[in-house]
Amino acid sequence: MTETVKQRPKFLALHEIRLPIAGFVSILHRVSGAGLFLLLPWLIYLFELSLKSPDTFVSFQSYVAHPLVKLILLGLIWAFLHHFCAGIRFLLLDLHIGVEKQPSANSAKAVLAVSLALTLIVAIKFLGVL
Amino acid sequence: MKARIVVGAHYGLKDWLAQRVTAVVMAIYTLVIAFAFMAGVGDSYENWHVFMSNSFVRFLSFLFILSLCFHAWIGVRDIWMDYVKPTSVRLTLHVVTILALVGCAGWAVQVLWRL
Repeated sequence: MTETVKQRPKFLALHEIRLPIAGFVSILHRVSGAGLFLLLPWLIYLFELSLKSPDTFVSFQSYVAHPLVKLILLGLIWAFLHHFCAGIRFLLLDLHIGVEKQPSANSAKAVLAVSLALTLIVAIKFLGVL
Repeated sequence: MKARIVVGAHYGLKDWLAQRVTAVVMAIYTLVIAFAFMAGVGDSYENWHVFMSNSFVRFLSFLFILSLCFHAWIGVRDIWMDYVKPTSVRLTLHVVTILALVGCAGWAVQVLWRL
């Protein structure tokens, strides 16, 4: 790099950047993916516990009954469902479906609504929340 | 071997496509598992164990695990490429990511096959 290269404008005050709804869904898609990746070993551990033996299955059940564990699992369930729904939206965009401005904003809102609703349903049905 | 071309038209096409194909594979598997759970597969250890030991379910689960690791590799690699500019740090992160994913794949497959 030479000294004559001008400093490019940089604005990283994330809380002040007003992202369009589609951009918000997109960055959450990345964040949810990262979160799933980071906790993947833990999820495989739970998978192993649930299958190894009837005894470890019981340990798995009592482990998952713990409120803190439930909270983390809830976060991961949201992460997976958001990533899934936002991913479907991206696949449709790849097929050029919904690329205009208003349909794109609508589908982004739908992703948020559906993923949050499904998270609630899964939480009630499988985590025994509420 | 001819030098890899890492710029220009079609660069990244294979990974772009692989990410989508693995996504579709995983989406189908997710639906299958969701239906299975609604049918009561997770209600007891016996149900769960019998279901996951089934040869066809193991076959699908194996494909899911492989798809997941490749899909995650591309996604996380994109994150490193976007935010980590120093090359040595980024390449180290690439290696750590690959090792973690390969390890997880092996572990998960082993859980599936020890049933």
